[in-house]
Amino acid sequence: MTAAAAFFYLFAGFAVASGFMVIAARNPVTSVLFLILAFVNAAGLFVLMGAEFLAMILIVVYVGAVAVLFLFVVMMLDVDFAALRQGFQRYLPIGGLIGAVFLIELLLVVGTWTIDPGLVQAPLGRAAHGESLTNTQALGRVLYTDYVYFFQIAGLILLVAMIGAIVLTLRDRAGVKRQNISVQNARTQGMAVDTIKVPSRQGVEV
Amino acid sequence: MTPIQSVLPSITPVLPEIVLSVGALLLVLWGAWRGERSAESTNLGALGLLIFTFFLVVSQTGTVTTLNGAFIADPFARVMKALILIGSSATILLSRDYFQRERIDRFEYPILIVLCTIGMMVMASANDLISLYLGLELQSLAAYVIAAFHRDDVKSTEAGLKYFVLGALSSGMLLYGASLVYGFTGTVSFPGIVTALGDGGPASFGLVLGIVFVAAGVAFKLAAVPFHMWTPDVYEGSPTPVTAFFASAPKMAAMAMTVRVFIGAFPDVTAVWQQIIVFVSIASMALGSFAAIGQRNLKRLMAYSSIGNVGYALIGLAAGSEEGIRGVVIYMVIYLAMTLGAFAVLLSLRRKDKMFETIDDLSGLSRTHPWLAFSLAAMMFSLAGIPPLAGFFAKFYVFAAAIKADLVALAVIGVVTSVVGAFYYLRLVKVMYFDEPQAAYERIPPGSAIVLAASSVVVVLFFLIPAPLVAAAGSAAKSLF
Repeated sequence: MTAAAAFFYLFAGFAVASGFMVIAARNPVTSVLFLILAFVNAAGLFVLMGAEFLAMILIVVYVGAVAVLFLFVVMMLDVDFAALRQGFQRYLPIGGLIGAVFLIELLLVVGTWTIDPGLVQAPLGRAAHGESLTNTQALGRVLYTDYVYFFQIAGLILLVAMIGAIVLTLRDRAGVKRQNISVQNARTQGMAVDTIKVPSRQGVEV
Repeated sequence: MTPIQSVLPSITPVLPEIVLSVGALLLVLWGAWRGERSAESTNLGALGLLIFTFFLVVSQTGTVTTLNGAFIADPFARVMKALILIGSSATILLSRDYFQRERIDRFEYPILIVLCTIGMMVMASANDLISLYLGLELQSLAAYVIAAFHRDDVKSTEAGLKYFVLGALSSGMLLYGASLVYGFTGTVSFPGIVTALGDGGPASFGLVLGIVFVAAGVAFKLAAVPFHMWTPDVYEGSPTPVTAFFASAPKMAAMAMTVRVFIGAFPDVTAVWQQIIVFVSIASMALGSFAAIGQRNLKRLMAYSSIGNVGYALIGLAAGSEEGIRGVVIYMVIYLAMTLGAFAVLLSLRRKDKMFETIDDLSGLSRTHPWLAFSLAAMMFSLAGIPPLAGFFAKFYVFAAAIKADLVALAVIGVVTSVVGAFYYLRLVKVMYFDEPQAAYERIPPGSAIVLAASSVVVVLFFLIPAPLVAAAGSAAKSLF
């Protein structure tokens, strides 16, 4: 119990601190690295809750793909964050106001939050199957049965994203030399090498 | 390990969506195999696919839920799906000539329209929050891409980007609202939410907040005030056939989704959302009428017109009664016909490979193209709500429902704003019939001619045989209550 609590405070404290550093760091690359730290700590919190599948997804998807993509974009675009922060003072009042409104709303929501005792016992994956399945197995069982419809639509959404990216960015530029693998593979020694008998003291014409 | 205990869900109700999805995948393969030469054949294939699906949809009967309760096929879903499919097919008919002349004739366009249509049909059949969101996202993502389809044109790219950023924001709001609703009811399925809310106790604050956020996300997709800001820019920047698409089929889907959420999931907390819908409706009608007065660009004008029309349709939803929903369905049918007709005219204003899209370009159209001018005049009179054209009946049914539901003030405001709106609709008629004519335009492309003829017939002759439509709308509304 105490070890779990200690780890909870460790992960939670690091998550909050690195979350703060994401917006406080001067260098955007440092910000992204702190974001990764925040993700890792959140994954730790998930492990403490027994949601090991979510924890691994967080590491694989968010750290492995999303954050690395952020890092790429930040490095490629060379955004001058100091210039972006110029208007900070000017927008502080309205931004603060919106933030305050959201904070109050959140407090009100949390204040009225009552958890129906029936909901806590609502069948989750493990209980529904009535046997000791791991979370991953339970998810796999419902993903292709109960939720097959959502799964297929999500697949179509990804297809649209792929078609969209190709439609909007792929161009056939003139004068670009492309690799043609079949031509490369079809080359033989005879096509690639010319053997020339060089007469002495005369050289060859190139 | 024990074998998975699962029964294959009944898939016959989902057949139209499955046919469309498989067809879209085949078209992708065909297009990728044939390359750019396949633009013509994918267009025809997509059109045939949409029409075939239309007949599949109208041949179904009864009310069925399937796929673990996520999908519902009832008369309401079928009417809305039929409208969506008509809108999408008409868009493909309208697009062909324009895309060829602008040299952006690529095979991906009809495929994206088909995928977008699948998303819209999922929205119309959504019976829980997850399928609603997934359908919405499928529809929106395809829409962002086709808004930017003219990728070498700065305005089109800007339209796509603007639509994408604001659309992502609104999806976020919808999701936030949906998560609050899930948190406070413990279920995502609409019938489950109805049971969880029980009989009429005061709704908890978190649930109210969730409904507000869901309403905000929905209002964005409908382009209703105060979430309309993207509409004029996106409508103006997108290629004109794409604008015609945005103004037709996705509006049907967004309205279907709105009705599904509010009538399907929150029928017992009407007091919470009714005031939101009333406000959105009044604001949309007012903005649609007043802001359109200063517009010179016809596409922007149609954008404001569509905002106003959404406001009128929402009157029926605000009534919250079976009669109100019947009004909404009738309104959407007639709005679809009027919008497609107006855009068919807009798409034929072309001279020497240049499109014309301001009000002044219409001057004297009655003398150079009498039929075109007559059709557009019929559309405008109808949009203004002048009897005996169809637009009058559309407004009549929603206003009547509002008065029956004791929303007299709302109906009165609706009448007042439609009088204001009549000013700019009738100004187009004046410009066409009484101003000096200009050089003639090219012949109307065949696809536009078909759409224009069909929509003119619906708009002008609706008053002769209104019974089938009213009956279909009536049974659609009945299935929700």
